[in-house]
Amino acid sequence: MAVAKEKLLARKRDALAERLGALTLPEGGAWITEARKSALGRLEAMGLPAPRDEYWRFTKPDLLNAPKPAPAAVFDHGDEMPVFGEVDRIKIVFVDGVFDAAQSDDLTLAGVEIDRLAEAAKADIHWAKGVFGTVELASQTPVERPLAALNTAFATDGVLIRVTGKAAKPISLIYKHEDDCSDAILHNVVKLEPGAELTLLENGPAAARFNKCLEVDIADGARFHHIRAQGRDHERQAVTGMFVRQGAESLFKSFTLTANGRLTRNESFIEMKGANASAHIAGAALGHGDFHHDDTVFITHDAENCESRQVFKKVLQKGAVGAFQGKILVKRGAQKTDGYQKSQSLLLDDEAQFLAKPELEIYADDVACSHGSTSGAIDEDMLFYLRARGVDKGTAMDLLVIAFVAEAIEEIEDESFREEITERLESWLLRRRG
Amino acid sequence: MADDTMVAKEGVEQETVDAVKSLGDKYKYGWETDIEMEYAPKGLTEDIVRLISQKNDEPEWMTEWRLSAYRRWLQMEEPDWAMVEYPEINFQDQYYYARPKSMETKPKSLDEVDPKLLATYEKLGIPLKEQMILAGVEGAGEVPADGDNSERKVAVDAVFDSVSVGTTFKKELEQAGVIFCSISEAIREHPELVKKYLGSVVPPTDNFYATLNSAVFSDGSFVYIPPGVRCPMELSTYFRINAENTGQFERTLIIADKEAYVSYLEGCTAPQRDTAQLHAAVVEIVILDDAEVKYSTVQNWFPGDEEGKGGIFNFVTKRADCRGDRSKVMWTQVETGSAVTWKYPSCVLRGDESQGEFYSIAITNNMQQADTGTKMTHLGKNTRSRIVSKGISAGKSNNTYRGLVSMHPKATNSRNYTQCDSLLIGDQCGAHTVPYIEVKNPSSRVEHEATTSKVDDDQMFYCRQRGMDEEEAVALIVNGFAKEVLQALPMEFAMEAQQLVAISLEGSVG
Repeated sequence: MAVAKEKLLARKRDALAERLGALTLPEGGAWITEARKSALGRLEAMGLPAPRDEYWRFTKPDLLNAPKPAPAAVFDHGDEMPVFGEVDRIKIVFVDGVFDAAQSDDLTLAGVEIDRLAEAAKADIHWAKGVFGTVELASQTPVERPLAALNTAFATDGVLIRVTGKAAKPISLIYKHEDDCSDAILHNVVKLEPGAELTLLENGPAAARFNKCLEVDIADGARFHHIRAQGRDHERQAVTGMFVRQGAESLFKSFTLTANGRLTRNESFIEMKGANASAHIAGAALGHGDFHHDDTVFITHDAENCESRQVFKKVLQKGAVGAFQGKILVKRGAQKTDGYQKSQSLLLDDEAQFLAKPELEIYADDVACSHGSTSGAIDEDMLFYLRARGVDKGTAMDLLVIAFVAEAIEEIEDESFREEITERLESWLLRRRG
Repeated sequence: MADDTMVAKEGVEQETVDAVKSLGDKYKYGWETDIEMEYAPKGLTEDIVRLISQKNDEPEWMTEWRLSAYRRWLQMEEPDWAMVEYPEINFQDQYYYARPKSMETKPKSLDEVDPKLLATYEKLGIPLKEQMILAGVEGAGEVPADGDNSERKVAVDAVFDSVSVGTTFKKELEQAGVIFCSISEAIREHPELVKKYLGSVVPPTDNFYATLNSAVFSDGSFVYIPPGVRCPMELSTYFRINAENTGQFERTLIIADKEAYVSYLEGCTAPQRDTAQLHAAVVEIVILDDAEVKYSTVQNWFPGDEEGKGGIFNFVTKRADCRGDRSKVMWTQVETGSAVTWKYPSCVLRGDESQGEFYSIAITNNMQQADTGTKMTHLGKNTRSRIVSKGISAGKSNNTYRGLVSMHPKATNSRNYTQCDSLLIGDQCGAHTVPYIEVKNPSSRVEHEATTSKVDDDQMFYCRQRGMDEEEAVALIVNGFAKEVLQALPMEFAMEAQQLVAISLEGSVG
């Protein structure tokens, strides 16, 4: 190995050694101990991410690596109604990464089996064995994701969901933040059996620092919808991993709305293993001030006739930085692939930055893959048009921002959720203007 | 309207058919010249660096410049981020200096050059006579200094392994104030210019291969266009690797002073051999206020055989520095050769309102690997850049576009437009796109588009139905796909490039 690489790896392992000093491997039954040990093994081989790693060139991993989290003040939402507050759903609440039974609903739902990781871990065998840590493991090639391996090894809790039919209502994971110095590691698993369907909602800042994994295994013909609101104006530092494996004719749809947060790194890895599958992943991020938001997406087409779509929109101002790294990998034999990727940013002032790396890696000839990336300021002509019709500047700007991110919100299939997200966005923009 | 379309189609079709016919051999330039050579001992040490410097009669400062680069190089590591794989290069197992024996004493004029060398270039289609070399012009002989055809003339600097064997049209260029000579001559004759600009665009410490080049470059071309001068003819360098186990390390330095203009062409070929050979060149271009440089390359190094044996490892650093306001550079490249290509002609848009353009066709077939693209660094206000890249992969090859567009905070009101399209022919090849986009001010606009597709079935069917065989049809469609880039080439190259497109894809279908 080249000297520079050896040195880099040594530094990454040193950083890990320091981090491991502050962590203890949770106790558990045979199935989970095996998964945790295997994750710890790959973590030790990799070390923690370093700024010189290709996939961390846009985002400094220091805050995520440090043995202790940087304190983050609890954000006062005032009279604001929590997101998804009026939706009929099964609520599962974690406060600073700790399950809160009192605020949670009874975990029973027809066609769905719901366990908490902390409980399931006590058993020697569990259905989650084939998923927990395995989709995460698949995501480690070709791009290393040490913080996901760290999550698998050290997650203290989370939710394990197995869906056998069409779930009657959404499952809603709520992450509350009440302690300025909390450091939460949660790991969720969703397994959809053939033909099953589920909508998963996630919201809340979770903790001062949050490392979360979601592993999703979608069997043939199953459908999974995921809508996430990561909150607004908090100082939280987060790394989330969403690792997905898809069977034939399956559907995966995910949308994330983020407004601020000191550091947010959302990694996604989607592998389409069965023909005719479809994966859509979208995100809208509003950055204002000392905010760093990073979407890193890796989609692998490993079967014929699959479709994938990525739509990411970022609105940035006052020093906010938005990063996007998206990749479509089409493996040999994955003919008739339709891959699409779009990343756009709107820079509202001189201090904002947009960094992007939209990649294609293609080994099949009968494919149609495209990506587009743009960056620019708000269109003065549009602004003038609205102002000339008596719309004040602030409202006009907000309208244009909402119009800009609308394409990402459109990726949500359910109309009522689409409306809720749009309204939420409007109210956040309004509050920001004061 | 319909008539026009037909005529155009007829024309292209005929050319493509002719190209495929006339260039029957797989690699037309694979022969070698049997000529007595003089080598420096194999391997690389400080002594070899000194020897190269001494062979070129260089002043002390130049020797020191090289040595410091060499010492730096020893500390550096080969880059491995490109999507290319090749066996480890043993830098001690090759010659860093090889020149024809007959070049021991520098010929004073082209008349004194070894006829064997002249014949080599004649065979390559680059006659080193002062004549028009426009493709297809019959009876091109001596031309009066300022005839009607003067804009068609091309002055050539011919580089054979490690030395420049001659430069044509020197006198005429001198009259216009243009300096066009080998870099070794420039170091001796114009040290003030070389000292001022050499390494100012690509510093000796820039990257592994550029640093190696800084230590061991043996020759290359030097161009200086004085203020206000529009170079009276196109300038060209033709690189030929002939000797075995020899690396070619040439260095080109082009300076366009205020309001100057020059169009520069570069061609390259090498014999067909089983062992891979290294080519690590550096091209530096300095462009001052209101000046413009066009740099066109048709790269046709030996690509290796069908199993991937032999071929040139082409590790090249090319960069243009638009130092002056309103300066302009245009890179056009047709990359068909080399076993491995690692090349990113870049533009530093430093001057306000400066412009950079990059047009590229990269074709890979068989086992070839290309990782190529550009960097547009916007530093000045109101700067503009445009990237059009067409990658075509066939056989078992891999073709990667890798590029960077960077808008610095001070580069306000700047624009970039990038389009990179890939075409795959066959299901065993790969096409990849790795663009980096960094925008640090809001008034600049960056647009990036990329597509990947295969040769359209309908288009194929249309061509086949009209009696073309599969290969001809693919060549025609590919020429259409690459049209935007082919059109940006000077006329002399456009023809050759179209033929190369046909030739490179031979055997890739069916």
